[in-house]
Amino acid sequence: MGMNAFRYRDRSLVNKVAKSIREMNLNVLIMHVCGTHQDTFARYGLDNLLKECGVEVRQGPGCPVCVTTPREIEEAIVLAKAGKTVVSFGDMVRVPGKNGSLLDARAEGRDVRIVYSIEDAIAIAKETENDVVFLAVGFETTAPSTAATLVAEPPENFSVLTCHRRIPPVLDALLGMGETKIDGIIDPGHVSTIIGVKPYEEISKKHNIPQVIAGFEPLDVMMGVYMLCRQISRGEAKVENEYSRSVRYGGNSKALKLMREVFDPVDVEWRGFPKIPASGMELRRRFQDYDARKIHEDELEAVKEMEFSTPPGCRCDEVLRGLIRPQKCPLFGRGCYPSHPVGPCMVSIEGACSIEYKYGRRMAPRV
Amino acid sequence: MCLAVPGRIVERKGETGMIDFGEGTTREVNLSLVDAEVGDYVLVHAGFAIQVLDPREAKKTLNAWKKLLEEG
Repeated sequence: MGMNAFRYRDRSLVNKVAKSIREMNLNVLIMHVCGTHQDTFARYGLDNLLKECGVEVRQGPGCPVCVTTPREIEEAIVLAKAGKTVVSFGDMVRVPGKNGSLLDARAEGRDVRIVYSIEDAIAIAKETENDVVFLAVGFETTAPSTAATLVAEPPENFSVLTCHRRIPPVLDALLGMGETKIDGIIDPGHVSTIIGVKPYEEISKKHNIPQVIAGFEPLDVMMGVYMLCRQISRGEAKVENEYSRSVRYGGNSKALKLMREVFDPVDVEWRGFPKIPASGMELRRRFQDYDARKIHEDELEAVKEMEFSTPPGCRCDEVLRGLIRPQKCPLFGRGCYPSHPVGPCMVSIEGACSIEYKYGRRMAPRV
Repeated sequence: MCLAVPGRIVERKGETGMIDFGEGTTREVNLSLVDAEVGDYVLVHAGFAIQVLDPREAKKTLNAWKKLLEEG
């Protein structure tokens, strides 16, 4: 068996699924919370195809870089300016903060490094005597790698500025806010690979909303939407799993155990949202010697008093709550570009604005 | 950020595996989050394997789609 067993791209099957959805005669809005899903929707034009079939697709707060708050970015910048080596994933360093980005700090001579994995950050810490701070962003997909690294006794000069966040609490918060009528949710396949099916079941019950966990190939996404539409048309509100080759009902038990060992749930703000209960992950007391917020408390004191505001004209907040498409923002392609982003949704390759721009969709489709 | 890529374990030393991603791309990956053996297909995210892919489930999914659409 080769890798092709995991590639589902049969165009005639995609069209067949679209036809079946069209025949349901729906007029619905569905949300997903994953930049990789949005990339599949846009790259293959599936969202426009679905719009013709009566299904509007929106990306909600599904971009870890985008939902990281300006305060967290400022914390990293302050630590870089205090002489620490700050390490993070590529997109994160480009998000504009209060006074420039981490990349700007690097241009001013600060030690800011970009890595692919937290293991690269450990390698950096082993090579230097300087304090190394890893800016840990990411949902449940990424948090286990941070947990696994911390239990493996990293070097003493290594610490983590944790910005990890949990998906189920934000879904619950978003549905509870009720700003827009969401008829169904496509759950993120790789977050679900870790957390399993169960955490979504309470949400379906509480908000009477259908959900389908989907993979990322074009056919995965189309089948996910089809299964969701079938639930909507039947008046059901359950959790179905389209991505069973990766998502087990109980998730990845090894990863979940590590996360419980290392993190405690904590109430945190998300960009575009007020504080969401238990949606963050803070390091447990046992790991406080690796908690950048504890060991560099004095340097970070100033950030506590700071106030942050959205750049004039930027509508990332509304994009993240799924209220508008990027083209509705007055800055989209008119002052805000991937090369000169104003807001994080234009920075991250998982941001809704960056994805729309990448596929050349300067105007909202007229279908 | 949640992008994960499938690849096959071709070698394993302790918690580190050499993964073949096809088309000549190989990379060392941390295997501590999964119970996997040489020959298994795993999903890799940010340098860590996060799950072993189940080829039987993959086949079942394809067949289920085909059946569903024949009925529909």
